[in-house]
Amino acid sequence: MHELAITESVVEGVAERFSNSRVTRVVLEIGDLSGVVPDAIRFCFDVCAQGTPLQGATLEIVSVPARARCSACQREIVIEDGIGLCPCGSADLAFLSGRELKIKAVEVA
Amino acid sequence: MCATCGCSEGATPSMAGDHAHDHDHSVAHVHAQPLGRTILLEQDILAKNGRLAERNRAWFASRRIAAFNLMSSPGSGKTTLLERTIERLRGRAAVSVIEGDQETLRDAERIRGTGARAVQINTGSGCHLDAGMVADALRALDPPRGSLLFIENVGNLVCPALFDLGEGPKVVIASVTEGEDKPLKYPHMFRACDVLVLSKLDLLPHLQFDRERFFEYARKVNPRLRVFQLSALRGDGLEEWCSWLLERSGPRAEAR
Repeated sequence: MHELAITESVVEGVAERFSNSRVTRVVLEIGDLSGVVPDAIRFCFDVCAQGTPLQGATLEIVSVPARARCSACQREIVIEDGIGLCPCGSADLAFLSGRELKIKAVEVA
Repeated sequence: MCATCGCSEGATPSMAGDHAHDHDHSVAHVHAQPLGRTILLEQDILAKNGRLAERNRAWFASRRIAAFNLMSSPGSGKTTLLERTIERLRGRAAVSVIEGDQETLRDAERIRGTGARAVQINTGSGCHLDAGMVADALRALDPPRGSLLFIENVGNLVCPALFDLGEGPKVVIASVTEGEDKPLKYPHMFRACDVLVLSKLDLLPHLQFDRERFFEYARKVNPRLRVFQLSALRGDGLEEWCSWLLERSGPRAEAR
């Protein structure tokens, strides 16, 4: 479960910057193609935040849909099944979004 | 004010829908907001791993080391493929190996049995290698200039896909015993890789594995995959695989 390592990176990254504050909210941006399961991050967050400036903080996760442009017909499509196949039959896609894995914002008390 | 990140930055004029100013949103930056105490970060969660991976990549380039990240489910035959690859490359290239497993030194011992250098990383409960672990292993391994380095990741088709190690090509190995729908079931891995190896061809007569369908599924997920089909035990396809590896080493290594 790489979400534990990912959550540790989030907590570590935020705690480093805000070591003297109390963090009350963390907003993450997670793309549908990032390979990260938001629920698993939520599961790990409270445990990872224990004993850090993030303890007790609310976690908010913003999902980013996966969008791609088909190299064959130039159509822009939204990928919902994680595979990605243009209605024209081509799988040759340039991904426009969906791989995001970001700490978007934090709120400090 | 920047419409994406909310920063009020200098005098750069910005039209509606236009987002031109001299900071890059992929780079973390902090600025306090006048309203509330929300601080916008836009920080890549894997930034630290990414920095360490870039450091590994630069180190490989400076020593002309071609590094390959081998990933698969457990039991696809990664270590056997490496043993036979090392035997076949004897006298043609220096090879060293970083072995990743949750426990035991067994794989590193198998590789050392072929005469190649190897270090073992035991991740404990960890399910993947990261760039920091590889950097530590490199210090212990000290691979020679101009050599080939294989990083055998923890057997897992999920997590290793996400972590850049600073390698050159990422290689996914699937064996014919695994079923032809693996690429559809684990699309992140097959999408993240540059090369696909189908292994254990010698077992085909005993299975109902539809190769054509397997490659059709793989290309559906990633049409850019370079494909090799081989049997490490019998030797089919090994020469083609080794030639490709050798092309990656030396002065033109970066060109792929």
